[in-house]
Amino acid sequence: MDFDLSGDQRLLKESVDRLIADRYGFEARRGFMAEPEGWSRANWARFAEQGLLGLPFSEEAGGFGGGAVEIALVMEAFGRGLVVEPYLSTVLLAGRLLEEAGEAALVGRIAAGELLAAVAHVERHSGWNLGDVATRAAPDGDGWRLSGTKSVVLHGDSAEQLLVTARTADAQRDRDGIGVFLVAADAPGVARRGAATQDGQRAAEIHFAKTPARQVAFAGDALATLERVRDQVIAALCAEAVGVMAKMHAITVDYLKTRKQFGRAIGEFQVLQHRAVDMYVALEQARSMALYATLMAGEADARARAAAISAAKVQIGRSGRHIGQEAVQLHGGIAMTMEYKLGHYFKRMTMIEEMFGNADEHLERVATAESIL
Amino acid sequence: MDLRFTEEEIAFRDEARRFFREDVPEAIRRKVLEGRHLAKDEIVRSQRILNARGWAAPHWPREWGGQGWTPVQTYLFQDEMQQAGVPAPLPFNVSMVGPVIAEFGSEAQKRRFLPRAANLDDWWCQGFSEPGAGSDLASLRTKAVLDGEHWVIDGQKTWTTLAQHADWIFCLCRTDPSVKKQEGISFILVDMRTPGITVRPIQTIDGGREVNEVFFDNVRVPRENLVGEVNRGWDYAKFLLGNERTGIARVGTSKARLRRIRELAGLELRGGRPLIEDRRFREKLAAVEIELKALEMTQLRVVADERGRARGKPNPASSILKLKGSQLQQATTELLLDVVGPHAMPLAAQDEGAGRNEPGIGPEYAAVAAPTYFNWRKISIYGGSNEIQRNIVAKAILGF
Ligand SMILES: Cc1cc2nc3c(=O)[nH]c(=O)nc-3n(C[C@H](O)[C@H](O)[C@H](O)COP(=O)(O)OP(=O)(O)OC[C@H]3O[C@@H](n4cnc5c(N)ncnc54)[C@H](O)[C@@H]3O)c2cc1C
Repeated sequence: MDFDLSGDQRLLKESVDRLIADRYGFEARRGFMAEPEGWSRANWARFAEQGLLGLPFSEEAGGFGGGAVEIALVMEAFGRGLVVEPYLSTVLLAGRLLEEAGEAALVGRIAAGELLAAVAHVERHSGWNLGDVATRAAPDGDGWRLSGTKSVVLHGDSAEQLLVTARTADAQRDRDGIGVFLVAADAPGVARRGAATQDGQRAAEIHFAKTPARQVAFAGDALATLERVRDQVIAALCAEAVGVMAKMHAITVDYLKTRKQFGRAIGEFQVLQHRAVDMYVALEQARSMALYATLMAGEADARARAAAISAAKVQIGRSGRHIGQEAVQLHGGIAMTMEYKLGHYFKRMTMIEEMFGNADEHLERVATAESIL
Repeated sequence: MDLRFTEEEIAFRDEARRFFREDVPEAIRRKVLEGRHLAKDEIVRSQRILNARGWAAPHWPREWGGQGWTPVQTYLFQDEMQQAGVPAPLPFNVSMVGPVIAEFGSEAQKRRFLPRAANLDDWWCQGFSEPGAGSDLASLRTKAVLDGEHWVIDGQKTWTTLAQHADWIFCLCRTDPSVKKQEGISFILVDMRTPGITVRPIQTIDGGREVNEVFFDNVRVPRENLVGEVNRGWDYAKFLLGNERTGIARVGTSKARLRRIRELAGLELRGGRPLIEDRRFREKLAAVEIELKALEMTQLRVVADERGRARGKPNPASSILKLKGSQLQQATTELLLDVVGPHAMPLAAQDEGAGRNEPGIGPEYAAVAAPTYFNWRKISIYGGSNEIQRNIVAKAILGF
């Protein structure tokens, strides 16, 4: 057992931490969000330069061969900075799926910062279940045509290529008959509408009307591959959440030391000290489970992996809710304002709690699996 | 003992129910039930409908339009109002400044302000909190100095809810800095159009504009706008804050929210089945309903007990109404998040504040879920935070 970072990992951590500290201040972030796409192209170029966009991909595909630990280091820093660029959607979701499909050329372009891509899987009534797909793919000559509507496609409004889940066969909720299709965002029959998300990121609703598409091929079952990549994304999201929670805790502790009421720092009230301690307990439990998720993300046994990832998501969801609500409460009114940084962490945390299934949904997965102990 | 109300009480409840549902426009009530924001004119319109019936301020003294209801009637009235989605008459008017003026104000003040407050001809806002004086309200620093026939006010208030709509603000001001802090505060009424007042909006995390900073720079207010006696403002503020004992739990509001959540959980599918059929979800919903029923029973015990109590001597159980009531209101917002799932994420940005104008993604009802969750965190902060409530209860039960 060894929880130490390697030399390279330490260097990566230092450089990403520095990048966020230097470039991602509260005011700067507000500026990024005000840009036309809701995030900063300049940051994206910078991420490419620092090798972050190719981090998870194999070296053959133009990447740096980073694993879950490297991704977690980046995501935790992104959590502290509340990064709004489409890293999760383009690199960790679409990029990794394309890599699984052997689409080396597209992966190389993502790594170089030349291509934005998104995965369109959520539908009006699917929840986060990847196997609940109503969108249909019909054969058309050598290719396919897609019809259906995808919802809450993360950063789907700026993506140039879309990876869309659709059914070639079987009923809406069968595990079989699901394929992943590549669609150019400007292909005929694509209509999309972007919206900000509650946490200042972006999402889109995308309609497909007999849209020409190419199926991407996986070595194994498409749904199983999707689920594996999704689990890796959840592990990354857990790391991001730790960054978000750690910040909320630090900001709150700072505030307890400086805010004065009744002639003393409010942190002198023992009841608030205990609340800060409980937040800390929640944070450390979350940090541990995020680490567990990171180390289990590559587990070959799909069932063990899924249970571990779900367990982490439950812990993250519960710790996040607790820390977020307490951070707001212990601040009082100031936390309710856009002008103060805390609320933005609270909102991001709330969205992470929801993303790819909330704590209840994942609890069910853990409860119905073999014990994780 | 009997859980049932008397026949007269039931008749009263039915009358209130009919009135709320028939006389208050459905469009306004639906907005409230769906958790959408009301425009100023909708709040005004609704209050005037109530006032025309004599029901905007039923708890005021009879000579100023009060109804002389029993505690049970007051409870039934509020419960029906909340369940029907009727916006509560503006609390700053009818629960705060109104009762203070009625109790401590001069005859001239009563005549001038009370009818207009009941009819929402004047919109009042509450100028208590300051940047440095939140929970420790008595440390407030905005000062008022007598200069001939005028008070001259300098300082700053903050978190002033809906000051942007307000015609008047009731302020706590320091009028004697040399005495114990609670003993040098006065209660002064200020016309918002007086020169020297600046209102700056504060955007809340849900994107809304409901609170403001209010700055006072050499604001001259006629001397007669002092309420009661000079340096007695703290007593009036305590009277004001303790005034509404039962409505604060907002059990009716939570009931209406849970009803709505049941309805929406019937529309949202998980695994092809309505969420409301999901056992896990139903258990979670039931758990909140149980707590709410317990709170409702507590509230009824307080109400029943109030019949025999002197004014100003609340039942100790009443202090938990705000504590538990706020937690349950907040719990309903979390349930709604669960119901809408991924569609909690998109933001429907239709106001200029967001810089964009995008309608959001997914069903309209999903768009309010996250903003309401964010916004309702305030309920455990304002009006005496839940920590301060616990301090009060602790004092009562431990005696230290
Ligand atoms: C949306 C909103 C609307 C509001 N509207 C109005 C309005 O219209 N008019 C108005 O005058 N005010 C209004 N307020 C202000 C509100 O009353 C204050 O926010 C509240 O009194 C808390 O003060 P504070 O925000 O300064 O927090 P603080 O008092 O600084 O409290 C910070 C934290 O410390 C805790 N704390 C403080 N003292 C103690 C203690 N002794 N023991 C244990 N814990 C303690 C608090 O509970 C809180 O968790 C509003 C607030 C909000 C959020």
